[in-house]
Amino acid sequence: MSTKDVMPQFALFQPTDIENALDLLEKYGERGWKVAGGQDSYDWFKDRAKRPEAVIDLGGIAALHGIRETADGIEIGALTTLSEIVDSPIITESYGVLAQAAGRVASPQIRNVGTLGGNLCQDTRCWYYRSGLDCYRAGGNTCYADTPEGMNREHCLFGASRCVAVTPSDTAAAVVALDAEMVIRGPAGERVVPAGEFFIGPAVNITRMTVVEASELLVAVRIPSKWAGADFYFEKVADRNTWDFPLVNVASSMIVNNGVVEDIRIVCSGVECVPKRIEGAEQIVIGSAPDAETADLAGGTASRGATPLNYNHFKIPLMENLVKRAIRGNV
Amino acid sequence: MANDTHQDANANTGQPPVFEEARDPVTRRAFIKSVIATGAVASTGGIMLVSLSGCSDDATPAAGSVERLVNLNINGKSRPVDVLPNETLAMTLRYKLGLTGTKLACDRGECGACTVLVDDVTHNSCSTLTHSVRGRAVTTIEGLEQPDGTLHPVQQAMIDELGPQCGFCTPGQVMSGVALLKNNPNPSREEARQGLAGNLCRCGAYDHYLNSIMRAARVS
Repeated sequence: MSTKDVMPQFALFQPTDIENALDLLEKYGERGWKVAGGQDSYDWFKDRAKRPEAVIDLGGIAALHGIRETADGIEIGALTTLSEIVDSPIITESYGVLAQAAGRVASPQIRNVGTLGGNLCQDTRCWYYRSGLDCYRAGGNTCYADTPEGMNREHCLFGASRCVAVTPSDTAAAVVALDAEMVIRGPAGERVVPAGEFFIGPAVNITRMTVVEASELLVAVRIPSKWAGADFYFEKVADRNTWDFPLVNVASSMIVNNGVVEDIRIVCSGVECVPKRIEGAEQIVIGSAPDAETADLAGGTASRGATPLNYNHFKIPLMENLVKRAIRGNV
Repeated sequence: MANDTHQDANANTGQPPVFEEARDPVTRRAFIKSVIATGAVASTGGIMLVSLSGCSDDATPAAGSVERLVNLNINGKSRPVDVLPNETLAMTLRYKLGLTGTKLACDRGECGACTVLVDDVTHNSCSTLTHSVRGRAVTTIEGLEQPDGTLHPVQQAMIDELGPQCGFCTPGQVMSGVALLKNNPNPSREEARQGLAGNLCRCGAYDHYLNSIMRAARVS
């Protein structure tokens, strides 16, 4: 009989406004835990890998929900569910890459509860870390994945720094491809961080995946109108078509004028601890036609600088081919 | 610290409770009441014991934390129940309210066996805190049939198409099918496949389940 069928005790708080939530975060600090949809959090608790003293359920804060049009694009509350994003007319019409990415997350039940903010802020899936081992990311002094025996098929190609874990988020690639801005509230007020700087790798801070401090909240994601209605591409390759994280995914936004690419952003998740912008390939594509020839040329450079581990060499051609498809379409 | 963190959701919206009076037969009500009173369920074996030893002794809630005694709207009825802060909806339904039609399998939001509707949207009840559904309408497999015993079209179609094999995942499959048809009364087979994508079936009866959903869409 498993003894893991219930979560350990914690105090549960259900604030109804942001200030109240921030007070609780300040009070509990590292002993508190923010829950949005909870679809990742509860697994951590059930596995006893994380033992917060207080859980702050943000679901009741109305200000964190909903999709609003702004003067320059849209603002999506961090607690907006992935299903709401998939069903949103303005997102599907103008920022389709985000709807496509959200629609490929996990399963219908999880998308109904899981939120954009939670999907962006979720922790890595490295199973050594997830199983509660004392790895670098968990505050220890070793990495179990980056060893001769380590099972590292899902781990990184780029940016290893003691830890070789990757971002598992589908929507992260999309928000970076849309050049979104992340609105963060904390005790010192509000700050706005570009999506490209929101995610951080182990060289910056090995114990977390984003710039959001324990005392802060991601409250909204702003998407600028620059990329509204651009040519978008999203593709996710995973072992299973449902309830699975990407081995590699690609999200891209491309503006084409008179048959020539004027601007493009190409981003992959699953290859680094942060969503990886493929800037070299972007530079090759800009000024050229988005055809097979350009795609081959640019896609071939996508994995430049990759340092594969024992079991993830396959990610190099996979990533290159996904970038090619992002440029020329899946033909 | 504001004091409103532990208010009941009904109080927040200013709405009076709208739950119906429970209409269960007396014997059933008496049984469930006794379950709540004694905290013991003969048929649930180990998990209940784990839940008692794991959560309930000497639990002192922190100031401002949620109230444990809540009224839940389950299948249109108001059900008073003592809910721990760390309790999932699946545990409350099965081990406190005796609604064992909702199955608990992976307990990790992977398999969909515990699928219920919250405000007509599918949730994995193993990965939903019971306190987060206060003031919302929960529908379980037990709440689908009409008072005269007529089955929901999805349930009837499961029988007519021999949808299940072993049947363990069936309540979850039915709930996903019901939610799908509420949103999209005439799904394509592919849309139905996507609608059921969060429900695993170890017998592999997926095509039979799809046949059932497509039949239910035709007849309803």
